Amino acid sequence: MAGSDERKKRRRRLKVAHPERCIGCLSCMFACSRINTGRASLDRSAIRVKTQGGLEGDFAVVICRACKDPPCVRACPRGALEKRENGRVVFKRELCDGCGACAEACLIRAISIDAEGKAIKCKHCGACVAFCPHGVLEMEEVEE
Amino acid sequence: MLRRVLYIDLDKKESFVEDRYDLFEEWLGGTGVATQLLLEECPEGADPLSPRAPIIFGIGPLTALFPAMTKTVAAFKSPLNGELGESYAGGRLAMAMRFAGHEGLVIRGAAESPCYISIRDDEVKIKDATSIWGVPATVVGYILRDVEAGVGRRSIIRIGPGGERLVRYAGVVVDTYRHFGRLGLGAVFGSKNLKAIVVSGTEDVELPNSKRYRDIYNQLFKTVVQTDAMEKYHDIGTPINVNVLNQMKGLPTRNFQDSSFEAAERISGENLADNYLFRRVSCAHCPIGCIHIGMLKTSFSRHHEFEIRKISYDYELIYALGSNLGVTTPEGMLELIEACERQGLDAISTGVVLAWATEALDRGIITEEETLGVPLKWDGVEGYLEAIERIVKAPNDFYSTLARGVVAASDRYGGKDFAMALGGNEVAGYHTGPAFIFGLAVGVRHSHLDNAGYSIDQAAAKKPLTPEEMVDAIIAEDDARGVYNSLIGCLFARGVYTPDRIVEALGSVGIEKTKDDLQILGRKIFDEKYRFKLREGFDLSKSRIPRRFYETASTVGIVDPETIETMMEIYRERRGWG
Repeated sequence: MAGSDERKKRRRRLKVAHPERCIGCLSCMFACSRINTGRASLDRSAIRVKTQGGLEGDFAVVICRACKDPPCVRACPRGALEKRENGRVVFKRELCDGCGACAEACLIRAISIDAEGKAIKCKHCGACVAFCPHGVLEMEEVEE
Repeated sequence: MLRRVLYIDLDKKESFVEDRYDLFEEWLGGTGVATQLLLEECPEGADPLSPRAPIIFGIGPLTALFPAMTKTVAAFKSPLNGELGESYAGGRLAMAMRFAGHEGLVIRGAAESPCYISIRDDEVKIKDATSIWGVPATVVGYILRDVEAGVGRRSIIRIGPGGERLVRYAGVVVDTYRHFGRLGLGAVFGSKNLKAIVVSGTEDVELPNSKRYRDIYNQLFKTVVQTDAMEKYHDIGTPINVNVLNQMKGLPTRNFQDSSFEAAERISGENLADNYLFRRVSCAHCPIGCIHIGMLKTSFSRHHEFEIRKISYDYELIYALGSNLGVTTPEGMLELIEACERQGLDAISTGVVLAWATEALDRGIITEEETLGVPLKWDGVEGYLEAIERIVKAPNDFYSTLARGVVAASDRYGGKDFAMALGGNEVAGYHTGPAFIFGLAVGVRHSHLDNAGYSIDQAAAKKPLTPEEMVDAIIAEDDARGVYNSLIGCLFARGVYTPDRIVEALGSVGIEKTKDDLQILGRKIFDEKYRFKLREGFDLSKSRIPRRFYETASTVGIVDPETIETMMEIYRERRGWG
């Protein structure tokens, strides 16, 4: 069963492989909210495409980096964000009280708080990757 | 689904929201609803530039929920032709309206002094815009971006000096690269002292059956990105038509004196894509990315110092400010596009007006006394740049007449035979044959996108069609587009949204319709638009078809005026107009 041990060690995370190729269509954001929340929404997406200086400027794709020592986990006073042994961060929605400490702790602003006052945390599920028409996003295996 | 219409009164400086289930139930959304709001709000015979004339915006039931459902419709009384004003724009406006929670927007009255409107969810503020009055449409965006909220999800629509000074074919620039171009919405903004509208919101949309929604979504998304149905718009973009139409002798050149252009290759989509294109961007929630941005790099000293301008280009602009003005260089054509962007003018109308003026000067109908010494000649980019500025500033009777459109100009100075407008709207870039000419004459807004006659002509070039067949095809398109423009989808994706898929997409968001329902609705919407047109004095029997259309060989050869007359008779019969 060496294979399954191997799999245990390796977790997958989302990666912005080619940010320069983004056309700003926001399909990734709609995919994230559609698939993870059943809604059509920009605010509920865990991935964000930002404009910098309007559509004339470059797009910035903001995603969770799946940090080795995640500041969001350290900041959460209620244990709603928990780092598993394999490095994955699991979000326990029922424990979250929307204090925003995680969002504050994340320098790249990859976490936000939704309209119900719960954190929006990327699960690295890869749903967005399938809907990027320009190959901006990829999934990669994390070397621990 | 949302059913909310936001009413803003610039006279009273107040706003309120009303649920209009009645309208949306019967008319679906988009242009169906906007036409009704226009009929309600616009008093018969109102001066289009008076406070009595309203501005209506609408989105539809599929807006922001499906790929390429990206358009917002604007409905107004056109200051260019005095009847139905209707224009569509992409960008981020439709999505911003959806998330602000408004499917319709009605603007009444006029402000006393320059203002802009800031809409954030239900919060509406009418703010002072005196400091940005006179600022080019391109620059207004930079300024409002810094003072308004909603970065990344908002839309900023604005006019340039052309709209402020009531050029009858001024447009409204949407998010820098898209436009409500046609029929003069910019002048209506100007008449209301309205410089810009900023829209953003935080609402979201819950789907009644998320599994059903995801299934049809996936099917549509795949079709849009993976099949060649959209290839034309991905790669070269709409300018692929330059070479295509040139080869089939359908590319209007030097005011339709020719239907092919010797320099077509230089201003072609292929040449632009190879040598000027530096980026493509997308409207919100559309994976196609058809917005092609060219880079115009001009040296301004011998020490490698450059001005860089980023200019979005499309086929119609290349026709209007390229081949139809005999412009042989991409640089010259891009400069003219940029001048229209800054002034906030519709590129098609501007090009057609300049083409008429060039020919009129050439034929001695006008002299350089009228042009104030500006040498209007084919390929004379410098002269055209000067003329565009003067159309906006209107320093004399000649330029203020040009600012009223090509019909007004030819009424005043002559040269009606080569004043290329139909239904009072300057024509788009096709000389393909009778279906195009006829389609523009009867179309609800006299636009090539009403019924795509150019595409029927192209089919006829391969296998001849009878007048009956052409008329039937035009009627089918006119009616079907009434429905599609109520959803509201981008016409580039019309092939993807088959009637079956539209029915399923609507069903997945809780609107159950059959294909028959939609067909009947399309016909009704068409009739309602004609109701407005007739009310405001449109008379199809007085259609003015410039002789030039019959003098220059088209894709299908010389067009016989009798063919158009025959089509007109068949059309009246088919429409039940006796």
